Amino acid sequence: MKKLTFKGGTHPPHSKKATQNIAIAKAEPPKVVVIPMQQHIGAPCDPIVNVGDEVKVGQKIGEAKGFVSVPVHSSVSGKVVAIEPRMYTGGTKVTCVVIENDMQDTIHESVSTKGSLESLSSDDIKNIIKESGIVGMGGATFPTHVKLAVPPEKNVDTVILNGAECEPYLTADHRLMLESPEDVVFGLQALMKALNVKKGYIGIEDNKMDAIDAMLKAAEGKEGVEVVALHAKYPQGAEKQLIYACTNREVPSGGLPADAGVVVNNVGTAAAVGKAIKTGMPLVERIVTITGEGINNPKNLLVKIGTSFKEVVEKCGGFKGNPQKIIAGGPMMGIAQFNLDVPVVKGTSGILVLSEQEARLPEASNCIRCGKCVEVCPINLMPASLSTNAMQERFEQAEALNAIDCIECGSCSFVCPAKRPLVESIRLAKREILARRRKAQAK
Amino acid sequence: MENTRFLVSSSPHIRSGESTQRIMMDVAIALLPALISGVWFFGLKALWLTVVGVAFAVATEVVMQKIMKRPVTVKDFSAVVTGILIAFNVPVTLPWWMVAIGSIFAIAIVKQAFGGVGYNFVNPALAARAVLLASWPVDMTAWVQPGADAISTATPLAILKGTEATGVLPSLWSMFVGNIGGSIGETSALALLIGGLYLIYRKVISPRIPVTYIATVGIFAFIFSGFDLAIVPYHIFAGGLFLGAIFMATDYSSSPMTAKGQIIFAVGLGLMTSIIRFFGGYPEGVSYSILLMNVVTPLIDRFTMPRKFGEVKARA
Repeated sequence: MKKLTFKGGTHPPHSKKATQNIAIAKAEPPKVVVIPMQQHIGAPCDPIVNVGDEVKVGQKIGEAKGFVSVPVHSSVSGKVVAIEPRMYTGGTKVTCVVIENDMQDTIHESVSTKGSLESLSSDDIKNIIKESGIVGMGGATFPTHVKLAVPPEKNVDTVILNGAECEPYLTADHRLMLESPEDVVFGLQALMKALNVKKGYIGIEDNKMDAIDAMLKAAEGKEGVEVVALHAKYPQGAEKQLIYACTNREVPSGGLPADAGVVVNNVGTAAAVGKAIKTGMPLVERIVTITGEGINNPKNLLVKIGTSFKEVVEKCGGFKGNPQKIIAGGPMMGIAQFNLDVPVVKGTSGILVLSEQEARLPEASNCIRCGKCVEVCPINLMPASLSTNAMQERFEQAEALNAIDCIECGSCSFVCPAKRPLVESIRLAKREILARRRKAQAK
Repeated sequence: MENTRFLVSSSPHIRSGESTQRIMMDVAIALLPALISGVWFFGLKALWLTVVGVAFAVATEVVMQKIMKRPVTVKDFSAVVTGILIAFNVPVTLPWWMVAIGSIFAIAIVKQAFGGVGYNFVNPALAARAVLLASWPVDMTAWVQPGADAISTATPLAILKGTEATGVLPSLWSMFVGNIGGSIGETSALALLIGGLYLIYRKVISPRIPVTYIATVGIFAFIFSGFDLAIVPYHIFAGGLFLGAIFMATDYSSSPMTAKGQIIFAVGLGLMTSIIRFFGGYPEGVSYSILLMNVVTPLIDRFTMPRKFGEVKARA
């Protein structure tokens, strides 16, 4: 099997051994769920239930506002006990619907199969996806139906499923592909039908040969579906790098995948699409990898959206030692959390608990101009120069050095021998440049 | 679950095991074969001068950083590397205090006055060599033949040039292993090559600069000599080319960061070295070529910015 890849990138240790061979287990139901009205990129939802209401599993509790937004559903049956702002994994407070679980798991009447793929039109599928609250489950949480709403002049001819899982530690997608490959393929076929395209790729890094085999078997005889092996190299799962590896097309700077004729979705997203069509159950639970040196029993758990990190950690035997850092997602792009009082949301691919030693950040020293950051940058930027300009607040220069094109993968900071905060400072420059552009536009 | 407040920082949350110290230690290790050959051919004084070079480089760094109230960073090993390279660039007959002055100048003026490691705009060891050569031209070119008797000799390049010295050219084998007159660390192409291969293996340097530089010198030696193929290996193995190409031109701070820039830089080095050797006043041109190209480095970096990913037209 030919292995595909992109130029640049780096090789962080995979650190997946702790959970890659552990089958997905269903987490015991939580007593209370805290469901944020914003778990996606775009406008937050309006709650459509009131305190005291009885809700059922799969019942819509938040209505989408605007096109770039998706509804939110209850993950348990029980009673709404509060609707108030609470902290979520994004680091800010958002309106959350708090539901006390009655442990009955009563399923809402709206949840029923949507029929076979043949019986559904492209628009039907898009509508099911939107109404099921499906977003990019790799972590970016972009509403999936928006990705599918590409204008015909873009000539989209390919769907790619991202099964690279290039983030170290995470094994949620790996286990999904291994245990439910048919769901993934079914989801891909649905996405292909929704977009009316004939070609679908499933890209998987070659450190998951068993998943590649499982997907190959599931894809056998499925027209247009191709499983491709990718070199295990970070950030292989970055959208633009994945598109390049699979199709040899470059997404134009400032453009979207559709500008390269491609729509990319995570394998988890595809499985959720498949489930929504087959069973009618909207996105109310997801697979989460709970791992790291600071956790007693690392696991892959199927967790109901809204379960607190604290409860999930307890289900994994609690902390080992005195961990210093909790990350929602992987170690390269995940978001560090202040405490465990945040709920698992649609984009929570992992809960990573780092020990004191793992969490310790080395002190930065002078840039020695070794050029390693230039070598690894998958976008061919010059992170060292960008970062110098960013830190001295010379944002025009940073803009001229294409700061906006940075995908914030963190390869530069990871590889830097002087331990400089490269992507951290470039990220800052990006915010500043975008803010200035908005200001200029407003004038 | 005692800890309820955790460390929060911007991603990425993990770092590679690479460090400035590890890189500089690798360079120091890579210089060992050349040190051994220097001691083998020129005696223990070669070792003594290297120790002096390192000791004064490290001491100067500590003193300067204390004066400037900056954190002391001698643990990064970069001063050690500079100290070794200064000793490698002088003849074994040089008085030790001249080496000491070279080290003080390199670290205090070229490195620390400009901001420390990474901020020197030329190679500190080569700048020191240039200062020593300008200050004590006779001592800096008092070459001796390898061996205990310290018989004075001329370098092969001086013989080739024919203006300053006459003599019989040594065999190519002697030149390859280093059994010739020259600076302490420059004569053995073999020892330097071993060090260079180690650095490439350890990914401390890429072969781009040394290979391009040496090849360019070979090509121009062939052209400038009126297509005399026999003279090419002499130009490649003679003088400080291997030392310069592998250890000095690859100095991170003063060489381009982009791949294309490194090639341009190395071609420039080869051209400049050949011009000095064939048409200039000096028999050897490696140090001055590197110093000159060092100064052009920021310009090269600016004009060789890599094509960013996605600089393509959207599909119709």
